[in-house]
Amino acid sequence: MSNHSPLGSVGATQTAIGEELADVTKKHKRTAALRQWWNDRSRLQQWLMLLVVVALAYLLPVINPPLITTEPANDFAISCFNMALYALVALGLNVVVGQAGLLDLGYIGFFAVGAYVAALWTSSDSTFVHIPYLATLPLAMIVTVVFGIALGLPTLRLRGDYLAIVTLGFGEIIRLLATIIPGLKGNTGFQNLGRPPGTNADGEALFTASNGLPWYWLVVTIIIIVAVLLGNLERSRVGRAWIAIREDEDAAEIMGVPTFNFKLAAFGTGAAIGGLAGALMGGQVGFVNNQKFDVPTSILFLAAVVLGGRGNKVGVILGGAIVAYIPLRFTELAAYKYLIFGIVLVLLMIFRPQGLFPAKAHLLTYGSRIRRWVKKEQAPAQPEGGPPPGSAPPAPGGSTAQSTRRARKET
Amino acid sequence: MPEAQAPEQEFAINEEAAVAPEREIAVSEGEPLVEVTDLTVTFGGLTALDHVSFDIRRGEILGLIGPNGAGKTTCFNAMTGVYRASSGDVRLEGQTLLGKKKHQITRAGLARTFQNIRLFGEMSALENVAVGLDARHRTGMIGAMLRLPRHYREEKQIIERGMELLDFVGIADRALHPARDLPYGYQRRLEIARALATDPKLLCLDEPAAGFNPAEKEELMALIRTVRDEGYTVLLIEHDMKLVMGVTDRIVVLEFGKKIADDVPSAIQQDPAVIAAYLGEEADDVDA
Repeated sequence: MSNHSPLGSVGATQTAIGEELADVTKKHKRTAALRQWWNDRSRLQQWLMLLVVVALAYLLPVINPPLITTEPANDFAISCFNMALYALVALGLNVVVGQAGLLDLGYIGFFAVGAYVAALWTSSDSTFVHIPYLATLPLAMIVTVVFGIALGLPTLRLRGDYLAIVTLGFGEIIRLLATIIPGLKGNTGFQNLGRPPGTNADGEALFTASNGLPWYWLVVTIIIIVAVLLGNLERSRVGRAWIAIREDEDAAEIMGVPTFNFKLAAFGTGAAIGGLAGALMGGQVGFVNNQKFDVPTSILFLAAVVLGGRGNKVGVILGGAIVAYIPLRFTELAAYKYLIFGIVLVLLMIFRPQGLFPAKAHLLTYGSRIRRWVKKEQAPAQPEGGPPPGSAPPAPGGSTAQSTRRARKET
Repeated sequence: MPEAQAPEQEFAINEEAAVAPEREIAVSEGEPLVEVTDLTVTFGGLTALDHVSFDIRRGEILGLIGPNGAGKTTCFNAMTGVYRASSGDVRLEGQTLLGKKKHQITRAGLARTFQNIRLFGEMSALENVAVGLDARHRTGMIGAMLRLPRHYREEKQIIERGMELLDFVGIADRALHPARDLPYGYQRRLEIARALATDPKLLCLDEPAAGFNPAEKEELMALIRTVRDEGYTVLLIEHDMKLVMGVTDRIVVLEFGKKIADDVPSAIQQDPAVIAAYLGEEADDVDA
């Protein structure tokens, strides 16, 4: 034990760690620089820039930019609606897959339940009590949460691949139920779903199947509300619990996280958003039957999350929009979309496993305050007094750091 | 997304604040805090732990030692609910811990670290500690989504106490680094900070100095002594005998799942059974 030089081995380890760190730094330099730049802006600047982005998002179908537009093959406003819808779905699935790390291959099931809720309570083909369309949106969320919990209670004890297989089955069960149960009308489906109220100057209905613009604006507004609420969850005990479960479920449990409850909460949250998206889809199309809720679409939703960057809200919104956009823009490629997304995903896994837009989630409400504090402490100019906590040069492998408090007491 | 507006206020580490436990402990100093009685764990036909009994007194550092495979970690896992005990009992302040879920045991006051580091790699050091602090928090889905007053109170406590704990273990300068990018020594210390964050009555450390060189081990032992001085009770697994002798108040020795000794370090050193089981075997020391 004592016949080798401890210092020599430490030196070697430190060099190794140093190289490793440099490698990591290089890899994340670009995104890190962008993130640093964003974090350095003041709160006001951040809000103003977001405002511009949001305004552009709202105006996208009005501007109808050449080259980007999906016309003449597809109406651009309706295309935009579909992109927004996929973005909303990706946002919901991201809670389950990206944050809590639960692989859900049957997310389409929740989407279907939401669409059928809208159909059953508003369609002229339904014998149910009819309620206003907008009331079906919260109703769809409540019903899908019930489905989510019913699925989650027995299955969330499973992990990884096993959970994926069970959820895959769930998605198929919902689709088959829609075929088998006579009340759900199988392939015939439901026509004339309800719509949000409102007429334009000519007295015609504002929300129609052929006019995508108001639908698009409705979904974008919903996305903003959902993103803000999910952001609140992310920077709270709930978001931290989800990420902790994703990182190491056993360690999370031993650190006092009631993992089962939080997994159920993630499942329920994801289900609610999926149901909401389903109800919106039903309303815009005005028709719901059993043909739209197949497994490949479910995988496409998952692809949107993985493509955008698991766990990153902005990333998955973009991922969802891209997955919806490509087959609409390049209609000649639409038939090959699964082939293309398959290849893209394989390439992505090889070259950029963190997704197109990776970002480290901020999980603390007062995180920016700490960031400012650390920056201040690490500023080189220091007034008289003991060495501040952050002033030590970040030497790689510097595991010998003393508690600064104790160091100060000793001097 | 920028964070929602919150009352702006500068933040600073309170240098003199103690990290002492904030909870009421039912037993007084020197009385048994944890009682392990006849604890037995079997895996199929193998008895990994055989009727082991010992007390952990409040305010002491108890060493749990033994050669590789003696059942130290098994004992730990049975206490913290990872393994199910076949028979026997583990009581914290007179309340049995058996049958409780792992997260309930942690909230009851028994926190642990892992022999093979198990941090939440993607999360920053401070966020890792925040998960530990959350064990005492009660904000749920609604409270977090709507940001009710309790949420703000708890978040504030997280940055204040969280940074205090990181400073206490000596890694506050890397508070915002992802845990997986931290140097090995920092990761070990972060594990201790995260366990302390749950505000434990008993802190269980599973070979916290594994992979350290002798100088680093000394520093860590000093830290553990400081943890005790702040008012925590510590259970320490370590199989480097020299190290354990210096830091512990009392030592329990396991061999082949049985307790062979339970005494103060100086007496343990003289115990012939311990010497035969442990000190004679140089081979056990090489991976330290």
